[in-house]
Amino acid sequence: MTSTQPIMALRGARKAFGEHEVLRGVSLEVARGEVVAIIGPSGGGKSTLLRCATLLEKLDDGSLAFGDITAARDERGRTVYAAGDELKRARSRFGLVFQNYNLFPHRTVMHNIADAPVRVQKRPRAEAEHEARELIQKMGLAGCEDKVPCQLSGGQQQRVSIARALALHPEILFFDEPTSALDPELTAEVLRVIKTLAAERMTMVIVTHEMGFAREVADRVVFLDGGMIVEEGTAEQVIDHPREERTRAFLSKIAE
Amino acid sequence: MSFSVMLGMLTEGFLVSLQIFFFTIAGAVPLGVVVALGRMSRVAPLRWIVRIYISIMRGTPLMLQMFAIYFAPYYLFGIQLTPDSKWQATITAFIVNYAAYFAEIYRSGLQSIPRGQYEAAEVLGYSRAQTFCYIVLPQVVKRILPAMGNEIITLVKDTSLAFSIGVAEMFSTAKALVASQVSMVPFAIAAVFYWVFNFLVELVLAAAEKKLSYYHD
Repeated sequence: MTSTQPIMALRGARKAFGEHEVLRGVSLEVARGEVVAIIGPSGGGKSTLLRCATLLEKLDDGSLAFGDITAARDERGRTVYAAGDELKRARSRFGLVFQNYNLFPHRTVMHNIADAPVRVQKRPRAEAEHEARELIQKMGLAGCEDKVPCQLSGGQQQRVSIARALALHPEILFFDEPTSALDPELTAEVLRVIKTLAAERMTMVIVTHEMGFAREVADRVVFLDGGMIVEEGTAEQVIDHPREERTRAFLSKIAE
Repeated sequence: MSFSVMLGMLTEGFLVSLQIFFFTIAGAVPLGVVVALGRMSRVAPLRWIVRIYISIMRGTPLMLQMFAIYFAPYYLFGIQLTPDSKWQATITAFIVNYAAYFAEIYRSGLQSIPRGQYEAAEVLGYSRAQTFCYIVLPQVVKRILPAMGNEIITLVKDTSLAFSIGVAEMFSTAKALVASQVSMVPFAIAAVFYWVFNFLVELVLAAAEKKLSYYHD
């Protein structure tokens, strides 16, 4: 039964900031091992969608579940959130990589990665640090254990933040424009790491402007505009042969 | 009167000044946290009361506040003033006055921590208390250190205000000696005491800043 249950299920998500409706009924289910790329113009609701899925923003309407954990349910057109403990369990299911990393500037790379497993998940420090070292290796950051974030390049910082998220063993990893703050050559090294994770069948939802990357890595591409999913399908369908006029307009605009 | 006798009397006075200084730090540093939290409270009435409190503390002379606190028990409740009252009033006034200044410095530090830090902590599953203690507070300390240094140095000199209420700290002693000896030397010695002590304060602050300079954000 767990194999058929989506890792994440967002249904009928609505969110308004004042009068401005940012999400107007978005549903997104992600299966185990699936990589979903979310593309679309800025202001189209991509970041808000991700922030609602990661419980940083509260939905006005709609439901949100991570596997068997219901974080938010729809009750007669209003979203009702679960109690604190249940939300805590829900949070343990996902990780989030921010656009601007949000590493803890006063802590070393090792501490940034290994602290949450120790303090939040109460795992033994030795075990957490051993695993952190492996992640540091995997991210191509060997030798950076004792550096602080300000001593690293943006690309390195973003890889630390990916390691930090992975250290908690999330079932699904969200990325909010992970390379938007980076130079092209630093972008490549971050994308390479994400591709490695995709090859390992890590479940991921990635908001991105990198069409080439989306085409390469995503099992499914979702085009979000005006707070709604305009079109979704394989990269070939959505990026190479878009059916919708809005998708075509967006793609030709960013191709310039 | 010999120089060494004057120096001895001034040293004795300086020990009283130091007591005012350390009692104020010990009281106002933690009280400031409470005041800052009240100032940022979600409860509007509490926020306003604290705001008015800070406004009065910063907007009226510390000297007047000492007098107000000294005489208030007598005028309000008819409580007889004792020889200890002056000292208690002085320490109380200094603590509640400096807590207001410290609170505003804490607030500026807390509000300067980017939202992203809180959001990263939340997504990683840290509790609110853990986020405050391990992630926010250490960063706040670094950010507020220069502003705190300013206030602490001002406090060293402000201890001389206790002279006005008749507490025998160093400045009172110096003034008495100037009058009785018809000499400006006691003032000069007092000035050296204040400056040397503040120089030490500066060294401590510089060491603390250096210790925290291993990162920037």
